[in-house]
Amino acid sequence: MADVLKRVPVREQDAKERAANFEEVCYGYNKEEAMEEAARCINCKNAKCITGCPVAINIPGFIAQVKEGNIEEAYKVIGESSALPAICGRVCPQESQCECKCIRGIKGDPVSIGKLERFVADYALEHDIKPAKADKTNGHKVAVIGSGPSGLTCAGDLAKLGYEVTVFEALHELGGVLVYGIPEFRLPKEKVVKKEIEKVKELGVKFETNVVIGKSTTIDQLMEEEDFEAVFIGSGAGLPMFMGIPGETANGVFSANEYLTRSNLMKAFDDNYDTPIAAGKKVAVVGGGNVAMDAARTALRLGAEVHIVYRRSEAELPARVEEVHHAKEEGVIFDLLTNPKEIHVDENGWVKGMTVIKMELGEPDASGRRRPVEIPGSEYEIELDTVIMSLGTSPNPLIASTTKGLETNRRKCIVAEEENGQTSKAAVFAGGDAVTGAATVILAMGAGKAGAKGIHELLSEK
Amino acid sequence: MYKILKAEKLAANIYLMDVEAPRVAKHCEPGQFVIVKMDEKGERIPLTICDYDREAGIVTIVFQPVGASTTKMTNLKAGDAFRDFTGPLGRPSEFVEEDVEELKKKKFLFVAGGVGAAPVYPQVKWLKEHGIDVDVIVGSKTKDLLILEKEMEAVAGNYYPCTDDGTYGHAGMVTTMVDELVEKGNKYDVCVAIGPMIMMKFTCLTTKKHDIPTIVSMNPIMVDGTGMCGACRVIVGGEVKFACVDGPEFDGHLVDFDNAMKRQQMYKTQEGRAMLKVQEGDTHHGGCGNCGGEN
Repeated sequence: MADVLKRVPVREQDAKERAANFEEVCYGYNKEEAMEEAARCINCKNAKCITGCPVAINIPGFIAQVKEGNIEEAYKVIGESSALPAICGRVCPQESQCECKCIRGIKGDPVSIGKLERFVADYALEHDIKPAKADKTNGHKVAVIGSGPSGLTCAGDLAKLGYEVTVFEALHELGGVLVYGIPEFRLPKEKVVKKEIEKVKELGVKFETNVVIGKSTTIDQLMEEEDFEAVFIGSGAGLPMFMGIPGETANGVFSANEYLTRSNLMKAFDDNYDTPIAAGKKVAVVGGGNVAMDAARTALRLGAEVHIVYRRSEAELPARVEEVHHAKEEGVIFDLLTNPKEIHVDENGWVKGMTVIKMELGEPDASGRRRPVEIPGSEYEIELDTVIMSLGTSPNPLIASTTKGLETNRRKCIVAEEENGQTSKAAVFAGGDAVTGAATVILAMGAGKAGAKGIHELLSEK
Repeated sequence: MYKILKAEKLAANIYLMDVEAPRVAKHCEPGQFVIVKMDEKGERIPLTICDYDREAGIVTIVFQPVGASTTKMTNLKAGDAFRDFTGPLGRPSEFVEEDVEELKKKKFLFVAGGVGAAPVYPQVKWLKEHGIDVDVIVGSKTKDLLILEKEMEAVAGNYYPCTDDGTYGHAGMVTTMVDELVEKGNKYDVCVAIGPMIMMKFTCLTTKKHDIPTIVSMNPIMVDGTGMCGACRVIVGGEVKFACVDGPEFDGHLVDFDNAMKRQQMYKTQEGRAMLKVQEGDTHHGGCGNCGGEN
């Protein structure tokens, strides 16, 4: 009998091997493993885990079905709340959401909710189990801007209610951050993302790629000329931020967005694709979030020695623990309490090195984290050929600046009600990074759900 | 898919295509650009808009093969299609937003270098349609490389072709033509210079000398073209700007061209390798150690 306090371990690709390929790191559970892990759930009456989930999946409900081996039933339970479980099972920060509320976690490991969700969703993809579709359309037309997590969720929820939904995507592929941002080794594109989007299509949602709202057409035109009765804006994060230090426009300095877009969306890591990527031999990734980890692990797989340069200590790293752990296992070097001062450039305009300074932690700042302070005189130089800036993004102005009456806040994010996504403009709703600034996939999905609810409340009264 | 209705070779290495793209045709203005992607494996290529027909939903693009994807694009014929065609991107030329009566008081000088005649054409045409005649200098290395001559002549007030080798029109660089026009007593309120970076740099030095405010159109490396990646950053007046959302047109007297030219070289060797692969196909099996064909 296995130790009930410990979770069933999940199989992973060997760290040495995977550091040189783009195959998925985590293999996930098989049915036996999933059923064994599911048996650890004590099916709390007052299930705390549900309160930790931004889309409130009936977690004990689906796990109870897994325990019995009824995977199709388990999928139906998840499907009531989530349109993209194969994605969430992979990229949600479960350790700070559902799993951290699990009673099992008091004495031992919490139930591996994320891995169970992933197993159920993958099973449904493999066995082609389809989500429940609306019987007929209700005749109301809704436009969704952006095919990332919030847009897909909003579109899926509305389609299930019978709305005629069209999703407009600016790029040439569907999926938003799921395809341009998150790398293949963490979230396979063909096997998982494309198939999850297929399921949204099967619900009747239409998609149009290469439409940049604010440029190719505007929200006002969609409503006036194309008869959309409501619009959901899920346009995502925006312009990458840089530090403003000398040398930042040198060749070999990239935003994490550019580096990841080249590799993920344009598939620059594959020689059969035309888009180039300057992989780098020695790379510094500046920042400590999930995007920084993704960029670091991508550079590593492209053959570079990779350093994460982060100004606070390990405890403050905003990235998921699992991602930091995986990055370390694969050989990413962490230069913590270190901050760049200047990038050095050679005579051809390429990066040749960077001056950094050691930091120490002072008093807590507004974010509650201890503020990093420079240690005077501790500067030193590192030799490098590539610097990847992963410092977050500021909102893209394209939509806000072309939509009459759409209010933005001090940080230029679109202002929207949390419970229903309502913006300052009638019949226009918004959610995800466009509203909150850079956050997580599941929070964006939660906002997509709220937006769908808001739109349904508005249009069902008509 | 975006169908190609016409494909024409304008000169050695310069190609023109009419593409069916109704959303772009309906909304584009002079100064804006599109991003095209030929097929699944192609790059996203930013290209200036040369002309548009709103009614017919057609956008005209002009391009030169510089990398693997644009080299493959030269083989496309009428009836073929682009997998992706996005736009219009970037901000329209400033004059589009200005009061036409005010514009009529201004004297414009357009300076186009090589393939830069393509993005200059819709600007000159727009002004002509609004009753404003402008002077246009178009330069090329030699007579055979001069493009869109008939079209440009039809919309320009005065048209001044130049060739570096003196085979046609004014003999010499466009900058010497600018000097000549100013010396003849022409007064200009605005100059718009579009072409290779080096040509724009020297045109700006010339117009600065004559104290003519000058607008240039930057064409840096881009990936998404919607403000997401930051690859297209240029230094303007000491500040970092994104050409795709803040531009592509900027005050030429404030642009750091040396930095822009260095950034444009970033993928030169890699592009060269990829292009060689396309041109030589399966005939090259490595050994030279330079072209990457052994991979």
